[in-house]
Amino acid sequence: MSVLNTPNGYTMDNSGKRVVVDPVTRIEGHMRCEVNVDENNMITNAVSTGTMWRGLEVILKGRDPRDAWAFTERICGVCTGTHALTSVRAVEDALGIQIPDNANSIRNMMQLALQIHDHIVHFYHLHALDWVNPVNALRADPKATSELQQKVGPSHPLSSPGYFRDVQNRLKKFVESGQLGLFKNGYWDNPAYLLPPEADLMATTHYLEALDLQKEIVKVHTIFGGKNPHPNWLVGGVPCPINIDGVGSVGAINMERLNLVSSIIDKCQEFNENVYIPDVIAIGGFYKNWLYGGGLSSQACLAYGDIPENPNDFSPEQLHLPRGAIINGNLNEVHDVDPRDPEQVQEFVDHSWYTYGEPGKGLHPWDGVTEPQYELGPNAKGTRTNIIELDEAAKYSWIKAPRWKGHAMEVGPLARYVVGYAKGHEDIKNQVDGLLRKMDLPLSAVFSTLGRTAARALESEYCSRLQRHFFDKMMTNIKNGDESTANVEKWDPSSWPKEAKGVGMTEAPRGALGHWVKIKDGRIENYQCVVPTTWNGSPRDTQGNIGAFEASLMNTKVERPEEPVEILRTLHSFDPCLACSTHVMSPDGEELTTVKVR
Amino acid sequence: MPAIETFYDVMRRQGITRRSFMKYCSLTAAALGLGPAYVPKIAHAMETKPRTPVIWVHGLECTCCSESFIRSAHPLAKDVVLSMISLDYDDTLMAAAGAQAEAALQDTIDKYKGNYILAVEGNPPLNEDGMYCIVGGKPFVDQLRHAAEHAKAIISWGACASYGCVQAAAPNPTRATPVHKVITDKPIIKVPGCPPIAEVMTGVITYMLTFDRMPELDRQGRPQMFYSQRIHDKCYRRPHFDAGQFVETWDDENARKGYCLYKMGCKGPTTYNACSTVRWNDGVSFPIQSGHGCIGCSEDGFWDQGSFYDRLTNIKQFGIEANADVVGGTTAAVVGGAVAVHAAVSALKRAQKKNEEA
Repeated sequence: MSVLNTPNGYTMDNSGKRVVVDPVTRIEGHMRCEVNVDENNMITNAVSTGTMWRGLEVILKGRDPRDAWAFTERICGVCTGTHALTSVRAVEDALGIQIPDNANSIRNMMQLALQIHDHIVHFYHLHALDWVNPVNALRADPKATSELQQKVGPSHPLSSPGYFRDVQNRLKKFVESGQLGLFKNGYWDNPAYLLPPEADLMATTHYLEALDLQKEIVKVHTIFGGKNPHPNWLVGGVPCPINIDGVGSVGAINMERLNLVSSIIDKCQEFNENVYIPDVIAIGGFYKNWLYGGGLSSQACLAYGDIPENPNDFSPEQLHLPRGAIINGNLNEVHDVDPRDPEQVQEFVDHSWYTYGEPGKGLHPWDGVTEPQYELGPNAKGTRTNIIELDEAAKYSWIKAPRWKGHAMEVGPLARYVVGYAKGHEDIKNQVDGLLRKMDLPLSAVFSTLGRTAARALESEYCSRLQRHFFDKMMTNIKNGDESTANVEKWDPSSWPKEAKGVGMTEAPRGALGHWVKIKDGRIENYQCVVPTTWNGSPRDTQGNIGAFEASLMNTKVERPEEPVEILRTLHSFDPCLACSTHVMSPDGEELTTVKVR
Repeated sequence: MPAIETFYDVMRRQGITRRSFMKYCSLTAAALGLGPAYVPKIAHAMETKPRTPVIWVHGLECTCCSESFIRSAHPLAKDVVLSMISLDYDDTLMAAAGAQAEAALQDTIDKYKGNYILAVEGNPPLNEDGMYCIVGGKPFVDQLRHAAEHAKAIISWGACASYGCVQAAAPNPTRATPVHKVITDKPIIKVPGCPPIAEVMTGVITYMLTFDRMPELDRQGRPQMFYSQRIHDKCYRRPHFDAGQFVETWDDENARKGYCLYKMGCKGPTTYNACSTVRWNDGVSFPIQSGHGCIGCSEDGFWDQGSFYDRLTNIKQFGIEANADVVGGTTAAVVGGAVAVHAAVSALKRAQKKNEEA
């Protein structure tokens, strides 16, 4: 048995040569990928495996719900803050806490800062080396590079031939030193790299510029939350008080702090407009014919939506990032999403290293059960502590398989943009149409690895504009005399009901993120997170549907099977975050016994 | 193998003048809390040293330490990576993957036996034969042991590697274990915090490159230059504590005046770190300055010390002098341990020297 048809429309053939990539690098956390290729080097089967598990949800049981943001924030240090925001929203939902207007604006500015930061760092520092060859940049003519820069990003001030010559010299000495560091063993002579040397030099230069910029972007977190990574949050609002001109305002959010925030918003806007989007267009232009990797994006997309215009109102029309689900490739119908509906979001474990006691069962997160069961299938090669090849017909990942009404879904910037486009979201539609016009591409080109990468850049720019919007909104509010940042009416646990349950949703940089909490007697009774990379990186489900990573790799041509350039390219386009996806659940101490998380 | 360039060579070839180079050295000295007398020493070191190979491995973690590291403002992360160290393996940032990544790791170990620094972010889980964290099909703890065998020294980045952090919080389902409990025969520098401050991370690396030695460590194995005093000792809100002026509830009048956060659960009085002096993200702020108490993230087991909003009960609330006495007592205990610390450091230095000779 080597050929299998999946319900979601893929033909999986594992008879060809097996290629294993482990570790998959330039991602957050630990991941493994195996594919089969046929005699033409086309991928005919894909297997994506989460290779770490931390058990945070069980650690949360019995703790103070007001502390949960700090624990869940440590699920991920790359998308830092987004789990914390989701957590305070879940607890506030459970306890019926209303946050003040300024707190909503500050939270939005922090969440948007994360989006922008994460997208820029992802593109330049995790993804770029899949398209850009820094070694080839040594052959570039600095003068021609300067001309290219002025053509694609005329407003970017760093564009002189001398500037590019300096960077090239620095790079040259680095390479000639023989200590290649992070570039060591790269695939620099692989024919999959298509950029001319000048574009390589320009992009490598921006790798360094972006490294300098990213440390500025996060200062929005530092100002409002005290540090980054892992700023501080508060159930009921935000911890930072506003004091514009009263006694002691030097110890609070004052004019100097606000000016710093404003200057950072400007810097981000400039970089997005003058560097990030022009780079994506310039680099994308050379890879226009490499339209692999669409996977589920044209079939099944899910977004919870985020960035509420007003506090405490999460209705879809009030969210700047759209909410909705698309299934069966029907872009004419966007379904509403309800995280409380037990029939919508469910997790399956038939191919995950967990068991529900009976096969084929799906569980809603409020009723989630988790019990680990690490075992390799009968056709796996190697041993349980030295895996050579996995058996995907059996259990093969530390990631569960979440499904929306039974469908495997893609989440993330592209999913958000597909949902937004289908809903006629004006800003999103204008951005997408503009980009396609500039690149002379049809709408169908969006459903690809490149489309995923481009959606992220567009979203970064959109988020910069939203950041400015919420800054201005907060200033108007302060001008009108409202300096409130926290609601403490229900801070004291004695004011809480005996039992309560809530859900918090955000759009993390990588996609739809939900936390489900049950509170009893002032303590956490159950806590479940279903995170973006659990959706995208999920293994097969009971029915055999493959997840978004696996779908996106199918039918891709690889130039050299032993050099995973194309595999990395497409996996990276999702910005995988494995610490997020595999945090789930359970056992006590050293004994791996059954524990029900509920 | 071509001759390895020194840090100074690299800087000069990048068009940096001798004058700017010396200025850089004085800034480095200042950042490390060293006097002007050290500037020529730093300059000499930078002029003569090749880039030290660094292997950076990742266990169970959230990658906040790497994220913090790239935030460093002085020196800039790009200068550290391009000009100071040779980051030969780091699965979060390296170009190669799979077999080529594993080969890069092995090459570095073979080529620089006893001369590379091993940086560990995260920790190994020991339950389920270590398979809660898999790298290259095998338990991460195997990779850790393998890379540690020929390392000159180990840096345990952050709370995970130093103490276990969040995945080791009760009931520690995976038996996540700090590095020093798995590797017992190497000098280990703990740089705790969740994450550590960026400039503390690059400060520790720069110190080691500059002086070619381990920093002085306290009895817990932390560099004393950054971890020997409590947040409370140097907190700019300390006068409000001493005057009995406290925030009583979130966003009250006292919060807006920047009063002390002790009653809101601040752990500054029991937390050893540099947050109130170095501050975060190029000195922009630190938790207390932004209105939230310290949660004590650089302390061992800080997840299991009750709620972050519980008031500390082991320090005196209002009695200023009584409190100072308590503080004095704590300090005495640390000083009392100094002899042991010194001995430990000497042992580490001997171990290091032995490695160099080998």
